[in-house]
Amino acid sequence: MSYSNLKRVDLIFDKECNPKEIIKNTWAKSNDQIINELLESGLKGRGGAGFPTALKWKYTAEQPEPDKYIICNADEGEPGTFKDREILFKVPQKVFGGMVVGAKVIGAKEGFIYLRGEYRFLLPELEAQLEIFHASLKDLKIDFRIKIIMGSGAYICGEESALFESMEGHRGEPRNKPPYPTISGFRSKPTVINNVETLVYAFMICMHGARKFKDLGTADSRGSKVFSISGDTPKAGIYELELGMTVEQFVEEFGDGDTKAVQVGGASGFCVPRKKFKETIIGFEGVPTGGSMMLFNSSRSMFNVLHNYLEFFEEESCGQCTPCRVGCQQLILGIEAVKKGERHANYLEHLQKLAQTMKITAKCGLGQSVANSFFSIVENFKEEMIY
Amino acid sequence: MSKKINLKIDGIPVAVDERTTILQAAKSLNIHIPTLCYHDDLCIAGNCRVCVVEMKGSRTLPASCAMPVSEGMEVMTNTLKVRTARKHIIDLLLSEHNANCTTCYKNGKCELQALAAENKISVASFIDLVPHKNYQMDTYSPSIIKDDSKCIRCQRCVRTCEELQHVSALSVAYKGDKMKVSTFFENPMFEVVCTNCGQCVNRCPTGALVERNYLDEVWAAIYNPDKHVVVQTAPAVRVALGEDLGLESGVIVTGKMVTALKRLGFDSVLDTDFTADLTIMEEGFELLTRLKKALVDKDPSVKLPMATSCSPGWIKFIEHTYPEYLGNLSTCKSPQQMFGALAKTYYAQKRNIDPSKIVSISIMPCTAKKFESDRPEMRSSGYKDVDYVLTTRELAIMIKQAGLDFSALEESHYDSFMGASTGAAVIFGATGGVMEAALRTAYEVVTGREVPFNGLNITPVRGMEGVREATIKIEGTVPEWNFLEGAELKTVVAHGLTNAKKVMDSVRDGKSSYHFMEIMACPGGCIGGGGQPIPTNAEIRKKRTEAIFAEDSGMKIRKSHENPEVIAIYKEFLEKPLGHKSHELLHTHYKERIRH
Repeated sequence: MSYSNLKRVDLIFDKECNPKEIIKNTWAKSNDQIINELLESGLKGRGGAGFPTALKWKYTAEQPEPDKYIICNADEGEPGTFKDREILFKVPQKVFGGMVVGAKVIGAKEGFIYLRGEYRFLLPELEAQLEIFHASLKDLKIDFRIKIIMGSGAYICGEESALFESMEGHRGEPRNKPPYPTISGFRSKPTVINNVETLVYAFMICMHGARKFKDLGTADSRGSKVFSISGDTPKAGIYELELGMTVEQFVEEFGDGDTKAVQVGGASGFCVPRKKFKETIIGFEGVPTGGSMMLFNSSRSMFNVLHNYLEFFEEESCGQCTPCRVGCQQLILGIEAVKKGERHANYLEHLQKLAQTMKITAKCGLGQSVANSFFSIVENFKEEMIY
Repeated sequence: MSKKINLKIDGIPVAVDERTTILQAAKSLNIHIPTLCYHDDLCIAGNCRVCVVEMKGSRTLPASCAMPVSEGMEVMTNTLKVRTARKHIIDLLLSEHNANCTTCYKNGKCELQALAAENKISVASFIDLVPHKNYQMDTYSPSIIKDDSKCIRCQRCVRTCEELQHVSALSVAYKGDKMKVSTFFENPMFEVVCTNCGQCVNRCPTGALVERNYLDEVWAAIYNPDKHVVVQTAPAVRVALGEDLGLESGVIVTGKMVTALKRLGFDSVLDTDFTADLTIMEEGFELLTRLKKALVDKDPSVKLPMATSCSPGWIKFIEHTYPEYLGNLSTCKSPQQMFGALAKTYYAQKRNIDPSKIVSISIMPCTAKKFESDRPEMRSSGYKDVDYVLTTRELAIMIKQAGLDFSALEESHYDSFMGASTGAAVIFGATGGVMEAALRTAYEVVTGREVPFNGLNITPVRGMEGVREATIKIEGTVPEWNFLEGAELKTVVAHGLTNAKKVMDSVRDGKSSYHFMEIMACPGGCIGGGGQPIPTNAEIRKKRTEAIFAEDSGMKIRKSHENPEVIAIYKEFLEKPLGHKSHELLHTHYKERIRH
């Protein structure tokens, strides 16, 4: 496949890789060297929030507590995201590799993969791959084990503290922060929790060095990233691309010639309308994304798009905090009422203020991010909301 | 010494201990931040978000109840941003809440209502969500009514049921818009592990969890000329009732309460303290008998330690959770039920009233007493021994309904007979009180001398520690009890069912060798009961406790066996403790219940 504007990268799915060799070589380095390499690379978490991976590892490494954990967050649930599934399916050894390196740096003896309930079909193969991985660790005399824990299909359990609650056998509800996982995570011990993709990139940086990664992307968004592309596109699928492209470049490559909007980052992300394609960079300087890219052409009703997203949040909110639980219900009923003419169009402004409150008062990222799609769709497609 | 953290709240510098929250730090400056899901007795939840504040350098508004202070922090509690967010949040809660305030049992006592008033929310700005939900009220329990349409999902009840009581009858179910506080398989409260303790009711900020009230039934009985209405009041009521009638916590209102009850129209105003003393007689002799059977007769079937049976919440807890220990419970009925059984037998005979015309009412600090009075075992008088149980709160409502100016009422005495009480009976209202009262009597029975403590105050069993142990060495016994010479009576007191669990687990695991256990379901004992005035917290419970012990030390008679009416009833009616009649009327049995 060729890309006119976009640079395809092949770090993650590159088959030329011997995980055992990388682990062996990495073990020859000091923890400081590994952290500095990661820091130098500019790798930010690929789950969406974009926290520098090196710092997360460093802070956890600094904790005096002897019991620590590393957790791979494989609870991929954002609508339109299916990249982690592909990574776990195609290159699981690289994921495990990232975990063992992280474990070395922070001093963990145990790691966990929290696997999305809907990905249970991956389990037998992952278990088989883990056996191979554990055998190579044994050869290398490394004392570290990974266990896979299945989620039960709640989107909120992708939120790190809800994920810990779920792993501990409780209801998946986010915790108050601080304390952050680096100090008190799984079983209240210092914990590194990384997205599947982040761990693979960390491992690739160990293999290739920071340079290769750093040379890709922009100042704010280093490296490459795996995108899952869906919607009105002839090329739906998984692609690893260099960061820093504009939406326009992206649409040129993946659109169907009639793209009116692109939802970057799934339901919790931002909707970019055609008039902003040119100026919008996909990355931390523009619109950040966990990887979901949805294209909509002119046949789509943006009211329905927003309605779908809100329905998703209304159901997937854990329900514990007021702004998220009730706010989602109000947003959905509110846009319905406006559409049906039961409320005046200016009720949308009231809802936008509510969305603003949700963004700053909800307990966790889920409730806070509902406002992203709401704002960007209501602002850019107001007439579709009313008529 | 802990480290001091310097921060500024609304521009005012303050230094507080490490791990203090913004909410606590603001309180130390007398800055009031409104809260809803927060409760002094419970762990931090950060659920409702009403207490959000602005924090310099933070994109979001953190919940002040859950945010620890940090050095150099600058907090603003009263900006436009905070005010707008707070109003939105209250508005959202109202939209999800069945706001039929005028007909709500909690009208005027609802924290959400107060917040709405404080923030002058006059127009509902969001769409009413209540009609979109298929709410059903749970009215099956004789003690507690659960109305989900008024629930604001703050989870105070859930935390109470789990943390304080280790019962977990209430938990959170579902997610998103369907998230609710529920029970096992959504069964009615009556059919789950609920102990009816009412601690959830005490902490529910709205009308979602309330006691089942029997006000209409009681008024109807009072107004019925064919009925003779007898009322008894529990020891813990007199030290808390005032709180619902405009007085400070910890004011003893015994005399005014008696006057009020007479003015309400009860035919006879009597004191549960009388049967509390009787309980001591029966339970004390039961303990001594068990000890004799175990120590002298070497009877292996005797169950020790013996546990008190006054608290119906505790009884239901053990029936659900430790049924293999039911034999360890004293067979004594609670003072309320002893009273009920005697009201329709002894009292009826002496006053020459047809027992079918007697309506027996009790005023209790407790919601579980409502359930207890409904137990099928509690009809030994041939009638329902106690017809209706009212909480302290319900009595306060009746007093207000009758238009009485409570604080201006003169004081009067309980009617006689079954109205005489002792200090020993009064302290039943506080944790450790039954133990102390029992020891005052049992020690004297066995040795012929008063307990060797300063002024009868057995301080080791007093206090608010969750589990308290005390050992009493018995010396100088009278001949009849000389098998106890030199014995060390090991006792334990626990309050709150989480502490009950600790004690029961240590008994089960053989880690302790108690002879006598006093267990009360509620924190602080009956003074912290589920039927007591709301709010409750450690400070309020402490004041009520102090009032209880003040009442005791002010009384002329402070030992149950010296209660003249108790002496009289044995002479005239019961013959002797654990006698045939006592067994028939004053003792009961228990049964195993489901565990979910």
